Amino acid sequence: MPELKTGARLQSAVCDGEIMVVVAPGGDVNITCGGAPMVDSGADVDRVAVDPDHAVGIVIGKRYINADETLEVLCVKAGDGSLALDGDLLLLKDTKALPKTD
Amino acid sequence: MNIMMLLEMTSATFPDRPAFTDGSTGVSLTYAELFAAAKTRAATLRASDAARMVKLDVSNLGTPMSLFASAWAGVPYVPINYRLTNDEIEKLLERVTPAYLVTHEERAEHLGTLPEVLAVQTRHFVDDNHHSEHADAEHESWSMDPDEVAVLLFTSGTTGAPKAAVLRHKHLVSYILSSVEFASAGDDEAALVSVPPYHIAGIAAILSSVYSGRHVVQLPNFSADAWIALAREHRVTTAFVVPTMLARIVEALEGEADAGMPHLQSLSYGGGKMPLSVIEKAMTLFPETDFSNAYGLTETSSTITVLGPDEHRSAAASEDDGVRRRLVSVGRPLPGVELEIRDDEGRVVGTGERGEIYVRGEQVSGEYEGRGAVTDNDGWFPTRDAGSVDAEGYLFLEGRADDVIVRGGENLSPGEIEDVLLTHPTVADAAVVGVPSEQWGEAVAAVVVARRDAEIDSAALQEHVKTHMRSSRVPERIEVWDELPYNETGKLLRRVVKAELEKP
Repeated sequence: MPELKTGARLQSAVCDGEIMVVVAPGGDVNITCGGAPMVDSGADVDRVAVDPDHAVGIVIGKRYINADETLEVLCVKAGDGSLALDGDLLLLKDTKALPKTD
Repeated sequence: MNIMMLLEMTSATFPDRPAFTDGSTGVSLTYAELFAAAKTRAATLRASDAARMVKLDVSNLGTPMSLFASAWAGVPYVPINYRLTNDEIEKLLERVTPAYLVTHEERAEHLGTLPEVLAVQTRHFVDDNHHSEHADAEHESWSMDPDEVAVLLFTSGTTGAPKAAVLRHKHLVSYILSSVEFASAGDDEAALVSVPPYHIAGIAAILSSVYSGRHVVQLPNFSADAWIALAREHRVTTAFVVPTMLARIVEALEGEADAGMPHLQSLSYGGGKMPLSVIEKAMTLFPETDFSNAYGLTETSSTITVLGPDEHRSAAASEDDGVRRRLVSVGRPLPGVELEIRDDEGRVVGTGERGEIYVRGEQVSGEYEGRGAVTDNDGWFPTRDAGSVDAEGYLFLEGRADDVIVRGGENLSPGEIEDVLLTHPTVADAAVVGVPSEQWGEAVAAVVVARRDAEIDSAALQEHVKTHMRSSRVPERIEVWDELPYNETGKLLRRVVKAELEKP
């Protein structure tokens, strides 16, 4: 896949999952969901089977990062596939609760 | 990135949860209904070929509908202050044509005669029957371009014509993602929104509540009694107020042991300086409530620093003056926001020293229409607010950078002198400004408001300041007024005071 853009929305080829890119690493990257490359949201996609090693799923509203945090995405639609960058599974990002301010 | 995505996520997660209730009519919308309403109105807006969506009205169900419809259609949303004069409104409208204007009945007819203004009555805009159900298939979705303009907000410029601050989708979405946990609100939570819809706090309140899945109860015209009644009726759990609102709420509850609102979990405030006496009384009246003080600007997509509930409690309970003083600080920066205090030469000052506040972060726009960004090459935005940061990183506001009084070459902060005046038992309110002086360039002048049943003795006040501060801070002139001028969000209008004192 060509370079990721911050704010871009991608969809899974294995499930209903969709993500938005919050922090994009530079250069060409291969971001997958359920083991299959993700495509631009709204594009026609042929559903393929989920790779059983990438099948934990993603949860709406949760953020996922790679180990060195050069990539961060937000799950905007839940799905059955797990996210990976260049083959390495992404991790759930811990977020700290803040006081309500507005 | 698009703020519509925030609503889409919540609508998918809690479709049947109440999203907004107009407190003046009791009419509600669920999250699924708001999402559907945004879609049809986006189609109407697109068909109008307007370049801007203008909302000129109090808070009502048309407010979130117009904000999200704008985002869906890719048309900037421009809320305008309905308290302005007709003349002022027309001048602003001229700057945002061709405009799709949503406004109340009395104004729609006249403003609709202006060139390139399509005026629609709010009640028609809110009513489904005035929109086609068949949104064009081509625009099933919205743009995800993070650089598209989401909102144009006219800021109350101190001089000259109001500036239109530009907030792009990336600024607003970054702010929400860094400050709100998705779907974190329980189904018994409700936020009471009483800030005006054309204020950044009004927009932030909508977006924060939507992303957390919270029910919003709108109070169109603030009064303390109406606020208290709605808060009790809807068992409100969270609210944001400006200092003058909290002062009036505290006053209205005078004589009661507590506010009788155990359901109010959090009350945040900001938008102006909170008098210590008001926040202390409020903490007694709302013993179970978490207080947060938020500081932010239009140009920073709302809140950039927060003094949280635990910090309020520990400051209030502390014996240490330095810690107690934090009750009047605006706290520490949000994650993702960096802050620096710089002197006139642009150098970063030391701990506790006064200077201008600079901020940087994803949510910081610092851009005005027609002028571009006023941020420097490294992305720092000069707020024009003066402040200092203590050893623990707490920010203290000290008025506008322009408010500094230069007396005989010495820089004096009006806020510090006001704080000392306010500790005198006869003083209810105080404003300090610089007035022209042949001897000093500027001299310190104070306007004070007496407490009920108290008399102001100027000499005694001067003596009071002298015992607490260096003698250069002692006001040479003290006037007594019935009240001080504030804007509607509780900011002291120091320039109005100054102008009045400079009259011959």
